[in-house]
Amino acid sequence: MTTPLHDLTLAEASARLRDGSVSSEDLTEAALARIAATDETWHSFITVSADEARATARAIDAQRQSGAAAGVLAGIPIAVKDVIATAGIRTTAASKLLEDFVPPYDATVTTRLKNAGAVIIGKANCDEFAMGSSNENSAYGPTRNPWDPTRVPGGSSGGSATAIAGRQAYGSLGTDTGGSIRLPAAYCGVVGMKPTYGRVSRYGVIAYASSLDQVGPFGRTVEDCARMLGVIAGHDPRDSTSVDRPVPDYHAALGGDAAGLRIGVPKEYFIDGMQPAVEGAVRAALDTLGGLGATTSDVSLPHTSYAVACYYILATAEASSNLGRYDGIRYGARQAADDGLASLYRNTRALGFGPEVKRRIMLGTYALSAGYYDAYYLKAQKVRTLIRQDFDRVFADVDVLATPVAPTTAFRLAEKTSDPLAMYLVDVFTNPASLAGLPAIVVPCGRDEAGMPIGLQLIGPPFGEELVLRAAHAFEQATSWHRERPPEPAGAAA
Amino acid sequence: MKIGPDDIRTVARLARLNLTPEEEASMVTTLDAILTYMETLNALDTTDIEPTAHIIDLETPWRADEVTNEANTEALLANAPARDGNHFRVPKIID
Amino acid sequence: MNPDLDRYEGVIGLEVHAEMLTASKIFCGCSAAFGAPPNDNTCPVCLGMPGVLPVLNRRVVEFAVRAGLAIDCRIARRNRWARKNYFYPDLCKGYQISQFELPICEGGYLDIHVDETTKRVHLTRIHMEEDTGKNIHDAHGDSSLVDFNRSGVPLLEIVSEPEMSSPAEAGAYLRKLRTLVQYLGICDGNMEEGSFRCDANVSVRLRGATELGVKVEVKNMNSFRAVEKAIAFELERQADTLDDGGHLVQETRLWDADREETRSMRSKESAHDYRYFPDPDLPPIILSEDFIETIRRALPELPDARRERFVSAFGLPAYDAEVLTSRRDLAEYFEAVVAAHGNAKAASNWIMGDIIRLIHERKLDDAPIITDWPVPAANLAALIALIDEGTISGKIAKTVFEEMLTSDESPRAIVERKGLVQMSDESAIQAVIDEVLAASPDKVAEYRGGKEKLQGFFVGQVMKATGGKANPPLVNKLLMAKLKA
Repeated sequence: MTTPLHDLTLAEASARLRDGSVSSEDLTEAALARIAATDETWHSFITVSADEARATARAIDAQRQSGAAAGVLAGIPIAVKDVIATAGIRTTAASKLLEDFVPPYDATVTTRLKNAGAVIIGKANCDEFAMGSSNENSAYGPTRNPWDPTRVPGGSSGGSATAIAGRQAYGSLGTDTGGSIRLPAAYCGVVGMKPTYGRVSRYGVIAYASSLDQVGPFGRTVEDCARMLGVIAGHDPRDSTSVDRPVPDYHAALGGDAAGLRIGVPKEYFIDGMQPAVEGAVRAALDTLGGLGATTSDVSLPHTSYAVACYYILATAEASSNLGRYDGIRYGARQAADDGLASLYRNTRALGFGPEVKRRIMLGTYALSAGYYDAYYLKAQKVRTLIRQDFDRVFADVDVLATPVAPTTAFRLAEKTSDPLAMYLVDVFTNPASLAGLPAIVVPCGRDEAGMPIGLQLIGPPFGEELVLRAAHAFEQATSWHRERPPEPAGAAA
Repeated sequence: MKIGPDDIRTVARLARLNLTPEEEASMVTTLDAILTYMETLNALDTTDIEPTAHIIDLETPWRADEVTNEANTEALLANAPARDGNHFRVPKIID
Repeated sequence: MNPDLDRYEGVIGLEVHAEMLTASKIFCGCSAAFGAPPNDNTCPVCLGMPGVLPVLNRRVVEFAVRAGLAIDCRIARRNRWARKNYFYPDLCKGYQISQFELPICEGGYLDIHVDETTKRVHLTRIHMEEDTGKNIHDAHGDSSLVDFNRSGVPLLEIVSEPEMSSPAEAGAYLRKLRTLVQYLGICDGNMEEGSFRCDANVSVRLRGATELGVKVEVKNMNSFRAVEKAIAFELERQADTLDDGGHLVQETRLWDADREETRSMRSKESAHDYRYFPDPDLPPIILSEDFIETIRRALPELPDARRERFVSAFGLPAYDAEVLTSRRDLAEYFEAVVAAHGNAKAASNWIMGDIIRLIHERKLDDAPIITDWPVPAANLAALIALIDEGTISGKIAKTVFEEMLTSDESPRAIVERKGLVQMSDESAIQAVIDEVLAASPDKVAEYRGGKEKLQGFFVGQVMKATGGKANPPLVNKLLMAKLKA
């Protein structure tokens, strides 16, 4: 029996396009059909851009037939998180406030996808303004975990992860501020990667916390992620925090070999109350890597337990400022001003933002306000320095760090919505690398007793993308977790 | 309590958010818990520690002083909830 | 002046916002020019659309350093951006990108001259920031309109120490500062159009007291006169309030130019909390010694130095030098005239008189740089040369000058075309004198009878008969000879 088209990896689909056995139109129709059949259940997409996708697919096919050179992603259907601006396709940030917002500009990563020939199939669901760890904060309804639709996919890039796990797209882009790519990748059993801060342009990416936000790829395999990273990475003169530094050939870094890799295992990432299956799977993964020739050693990152408090002060402070622009004047859903100009702001923001966004704006405003700045914001900036120094120290002795992604596998919908602090603590193993601006990749490394996926996080030094890709690829090649697939949703054709 | 209803109202006013009485009450509880948790940072002595505002060591890059944008007014005003010709319209501003 | 004011002294600090003369905006490639149709000079960046990012215009930094060097500030080799968070319809992002803790320039001073004395006014800081859009009021009964063409135009904010004590000192400081930014080519200094704006922090205290009084911020003054009047009004209001046993509140007041009074701003929140923090979108600005030195070497001659040179090199009176150097373009015009014909005093007289009168009449000084001079410098020099070589008289020169205003011809061509060359031929003048004396025998008799005042009458008649062209000294000499004969 031949593999259904939607089951191909990105690399396989590319190969089929190159040998002419499928067209981009075939792949696009397969993806659209798959979305139509499954998205009622998973809700990976806020907007499916079928018309635009078909038009692009036809254009790419025509180009290929005319013999023109094809880009790395030529003809491949890709999903894009809905905080990433796409000209002419509405971009909502999963917020009611931006329900009808159609940007007249592309994010730089969107432009780069288009230049590489990608077919943008739709806008992936996420937490509103990328604020959340469960995807339950979307104004368009939660995304569900394909492995168990009663569970969350993780957030905030939940839809970008489920689109891959559910075979609705061949690759996707998410954003990671405190773990928003890595957590959904782990919960959904796919590969997700957060590049070094500054590696990928943030231009056109709706800001949550500007000193932390970074765009990254999701794929079924490490190779697929490497291909996408190669397309989106690189200096952008429109982002003053983007680093002007050559982009290596990430694909070439995939040697299938872990020999000589020095892997550090930070003891602070194995904590009381952790789900035993998670620790077990991560320890087993370390053994696998050891068997591939890597050396592992215990290391210490002493300020790890402060990362969540530090992160949520800095991220909410920046968010409170970044979200000041949503006033219903130049764009966005304006609410009636029943009491003059001031009420225009208050009503637009009160009705346009969801509860978690409001909570973070409140927290951040408080942390920056007169009398509290030093105690909260400045203190957190200093703790950020300590956290970065922890990493600087260990990276003198190891090449990558291997850790769990979260203390547990995916939890159930509504399990944590009434306790924001418990939700924040889900990020305990992802916030540190965010604060330090480091590259990190997540690969599937097991399943728990309920069958839910477990991820392995590999963190590298600044601009150490090749190192983490190489380690992740070696692990992936030696295991079969990435080939496991979630059950088909009830009612969908297999 | 780190934060009370009056603080919540002050912060909501600064942030231009209308909170319902229920939202206000829930903000007091959740923000208090979160702020209490954040105070765990006080266990760290940060006296001589430099704050980190930017995680990578960069300078502000400069561009040349050149006009590169052409008028694209219609596309830029297309998302406006209310407009008057090529102006954005807002409720009357009183100084 | 209110006698009450004698008991108090004013304490005045000024905050000036100068829009920089860059081609493009501070953080995007939109034009910074005035006068475009509403919202034509905008893009996603200066409209604060979601996800867009700022990229700094290099010239903004150059201009800020130029100003800092001219005012003897300390230039911060490392300075940074901060966000100032507040809500207003003309502020597109909910924050203004500005500088707070580490501005680009600190310190510095300006020497001002008031009532024959020189006073040094120190500066607190100079920093860079972006301008906001413009709210247009009263367009409709129930709404206001917003135009973001000015959103993102670069500003220099120049903050003085509260070291001025009178409206005159504030006015002198402001004029000095404007002249300076115009000399530096970084701002056109146009207060009416709002490219050079001034807010004043005004308080009073009992004379001799050291503690500062309650500070009132006065806004909405769009001319030098308005600044002086508003400060005078505010000083008097505060003194009166205190004398009447009242209390002053720290507040923002708007100057109402029609009523000539300040009034409290109702809608502004009493206490601002701008929640400044470093802008995560813009890394620190690092200035190399090379960068700063290159700008220092390229600084133009500054007004003070030029004024002193005009006195020492051209022998001009201090007042003339002050007026001529009050604008860089005016000073350069003067120097061009002198370069073409070396009579500096005559050049100064013509410029101080007719040229400046015409500049005012034609409102030419509304332009940042005057290019449309009433007469080209070369022609004014040529006119002065014609007088100096005796070709025309000073009186005829006025006629020629009037002609030059509507003609592109050189003064010499005008003189020749209109036959205005001075008559210096003794026999021709003698003939005219003979005619004049012959026509008024009774007056000649009176003169000879001792009424010597009539000499003026005869000169006038001769000049009239020659169309003003007769060489006046020659007329006098010949006339005397004839009458005394």
